[in-house]
Amino acid sequence: MGEAAAHEPTICELTLDTLASHPEGRKVFTCIQCGTCAGTCPYGDVMDYPPRRIIGMLRAGLLEKVITSDSLLACVACYACMAKCPRGIQLTEVLLPLVKEQTFLRLPETPAELAKALENTLRYGNPEGEPARKRAAWVKTTDVPVRILAEDPKRPVDVLWFVECYTSYHPRGQDNTRATAKVFHALGVDFAILGNEEKCAGECARLLGESGLFDTLMDYNMAVFQKYTFNRLVTSGAHAYDAFKYQYPALGYRYPTDHTAVFLARQLDKLKPLLTRKLDYTVTYHDSCCLGRHNGFYEEPRQLLRAIPGVKVVEMTHNRINSICCGGGGGGMWLDTYYKAKGYERLSERRVKEAAASGANVLAVSCPYEVSRFEDALKVFGYDKHMVVRDVVELLAEAIAA
Amino acid sequence: MNILVLLKMVPDVVEDIEVAADGKSLDPDSLRLIPSESDEHALEEALILKERHAAKVTAIALDCEGADDALFTALAKGADRAVKIAGGATGLATRAGAARVARALSAGQGLQPMDLVLTGTQAIDDLEGLTAPLLAHRLGWPYLGIVTQVVVDPASARSTVTKEYPGGCHGEFDVPLPAVLGVQAAEKPPRYVPVAKVRAAMKSLKIETVVPPEEDEPAPLDILQMAKPQAAGHAEMLDGAPEEVAGKLVEILAGHGLL
Amino acid sequence: MSASIWVLVEQWRGQVSEITYEVLALGRELADGLGVPLQAVLLGHNAKALADSLGKANSVLYADHPALVEPTPEACTIALAQLLGERQPEALLIPLTNVTLGIGSLVSAAVGVPVINFCKQVSVVSGGLQAQCVLYGGKIEAVVKAKQKPALFGIWPGARTPDQGRATSAPQVETVGVAFPRDPCVRLKRYVEPEAGDVDVTKQNVLVSVGRGIQSRDNLELAEELAETLGGAVCGSRPVIDQGWLPLTRQIGKSGLTVKPKLYLAAGISGAPEHVEGIKGADLIVAINSDPRAPIFDVAHYGVVGDALDVLPALTEAVRARKG
Repeated sequence: MGEAAAHEPTICELTLDTLASHPEGRKVFTCIQCGTCAGTCPYGDVMDYPPRRIIGMLRAGLLEKVITSDSLLACVACYACMAKCPRGIQLTEVLLPLVKEQTFLRLPETPAELAKALENTLRYGNPEGEPARKRAAWVKTTDVPVRILAEDPKRPVDVLWFVECYTSYHPRGQDNTRATAKVFHALGVDFAILGNEEKCAGECARLLGESGLFDTLMDYNMAVFQKYTFNRLVTSGAHAYDAFKYQYPALGYRYPTDHTAVFLARQLDKLKPLLTRKLDYTVTYHDSCCLGRHNGFYEEPRQLLRAIPGVKVVEMTHNRINSICCGGGGGGMWLDTYYKAKGYERLSERRVKEAAASGANVLAVSCPYEVSRFEDALKVFGYDKHMVVRDVVELLAEAIAA
Repeated sequence: MNILVLLKMVPDVVEDIEVAADGKSLDPDSLRLIPSESDEHALEEALILKERHAAKVTAIALDCEGADDALFTALAKGADRAVKIAGGATGLATRAGAARVARALSAGQGLQPMDLVLTGTQAIDDLEGLTAPLLAHRLGWPYLGIVTQVVVDPASARSTVTKEYPGGCHGEFDVPLPAVLGVQAAEKPPRYVPVAKVRAAMKSLKIETVVPPEEDEPAPLDILQMAKPQAAGHAEMLDGAPEEVAGKLVEILAGHGLL
Repeated sequence: MSASIWVLVEQWRGQVSEITYEVLALGRELADGLGVPLQAVLLGHNAKALADSLGKANSVLYADHPALVEPTPEACTIALAQLLGERQPEALLIPLTNVTLGIGSLVSAAVGVPVINFCKQVSVVSGGLQAQCVLYGGKIEAVVKAKQKPALFGIWPGARTPDQGRATSAPQVETVGVAFPRDPCVRLKRYVEPEAGDVDVTKQNVLVSVGRGIQSRDNLELAEELAETLGGAVCGSRPVIDQGWLPLTRQIGKSGLTVKPKLYLAAGISGAPEHVEGIKGADLIVAINSDPRAPIFDVAHYGVVGDALDVLPALTEAVRARKG
């Protein structure tokens, strides 16, 4: 699946009852029941109703059974089903969030950690429940000058760098963010951040069916964008990238948008000469779901890695379109306890076994959720003695002489 | 059965709270008001009782910043009515706040008859803690606090109320209705309500306003000063990566004969 | 005006609680500071023997009535309202625990006297009493005065140590009458004990305690491993029990248990007063929290700013290595 079709305004208002009113909704009913979706789904074996059966039940008017089963909560919005569907049905993007929304409404109790993450996102603009005024606290921890737009609102900037939540608040996310600032600065990128005004792009909330929360955040972020003058948007958040690319245009968003890895890959000719330190790493790259399957950016992060002197890139068994999700998407980041109670294997644990088998000593990632999920998984097996997790941008920064 | 839930808006302590220039009150601009946590539990307990007994739940709050949000959220969660009491929030002066609620309930403004009033047992600004007790006293109703479960027998207008005691012990009390109860924790954690439902409530439902007769309430406390606390003592901090810190701690534990 | 300082004795299930002695110690200082006697107010039925340990006070006012056989808030309120009305002391100090919470406010509502809760300290200033109160989850301290007497002060645990409030000699006891024109309407039917068969955390020497900072139930394993390595047990602050990650018998704090272990290791616990109240007697408190300004560091002896999920396993390994 490469680029998604341009969205008409009404797709945001689609419901399970009105699917037939929109071309993407009508596509759902062209399903040939081949079962590729269920077969490729990382949790397909534990779901009562994987996508194939959901569509079958929908057609048979038996959707009630689907939404009163909670097994769709195991969906981590990894785009595996959507990427492989021979009919090109927008499963992850359109159908599954609608079904999940109904599933949550019928749950006797929303899992506590997830409820808290959603409430925090609404109240504080981030799932961690940290105050907004600390979102740009990381700026003080780097020597790189970082411009905050509110301090100088009238001056235009080339790149609005949308940092996102884990990358702003989580210590390992801040490592990534400092690395990004360093690389931007080394390249002479004219960039600025929204700082404490920035709020979550809300894509994971949307994917798990919280469309109201997503809309609230989208309204807010659009209003903030309109205060400033910038040419393009670059984001460290892989899910945020999807939100800006596919959902925000409905409200008039027209900025050229890139994920940091892709933005930097486009400037490899300027970047490569700066990568002067030799890093003797054997690196295996984990394709993140959003960048990879959803948008087709498989080669760009690999190009960046191969540009680093001393780095040898090896592949895991399941790579590119077949990559195994870390389990953080679609609310999975806050449902680990829920899955554990049901006895599901952690996807991140499944994945690090492959990483360890690849012979690499660095697991490179490009989505903020992956870092802590894989670091935890490595510890479970004791692989953390032999392998570290690094965002691609962290490795680039490491290769740039101070 | 008619249940009233009293929501109090209190400063969100995730944010920094600043003392105002006068040194004895809070800087209102630094505050973001959210419903008191135990009031959320009170609402949840009310909704559980509504599901059990087909009761009607009215959510009520003093009119102040954030109250609308809290009341629409209560409606989206399943409350049947939402009512704002005019006159502004009273912050630390719970006596004045409780008295105003009591006047609103007694003044024939369509809020009676009530069988049960649920509110949080304690809020972070309960310097006097009078919200529920004063309301109960003015209404002439019994009060019990630190409640973790309410079982109602509508036919006999009595309830069995569970109150927490130390050491994990509970007491079961017989409380005749109508009564005021201070909820510590509901039987289940407060339910999540999707934002879309709250937004829909804001569009299609209304919050009523009630204007109780004004009366002067005595304010028998003087706040002389407010300040951020000086830590009386502070821990000796151990720095370093987890492994380093672990090593230092092991030495300390060994020194205390714990290993 | 009887010009005395009163302390409400918290007696529950046949015992005077430790916090009563703390408040007696405080009351003694205030009474001495004002030059007035200290009286302990004991409410109960056939409970006169409990007065023996209250010698820190000059005398005990003992009110006996069948309605007071259990110290239910309503019954205590009825009795106190009468006693305050008759005798008009300077102030009544009330310990703040789950047994007594609400009594001060109920009395204030019934009789109109001022009530000041959350006091961590009360002092004599210019011949009157001033309280230092902890508000907003510990983020603000207020200095508060009452404009009338008698005034009620709700005292947090830890204002003094219990030993400071104990005495070797028994005090004078004055039996006073209280009337209950009708039975209290809120009636205790029975107590329900917590589930038996679980670990008694109050008897452990080592406790590894977890709070919201451990983020999810799975991470309890990290605490359990450390506890096992140290020969102790796992417990938690209220939010962890509310989430169902640990049973009620492991809850530490105001609504749970008070513990005095040799080592209390608090991982991912912010240190709100309600929790800290349960741990003040611990010999050694070590706290791990990612927020350098967490109030737990004010009561801990040693602190680590860090992620409990990293420090706990590192510590487990280091302890294992040390133990050989």
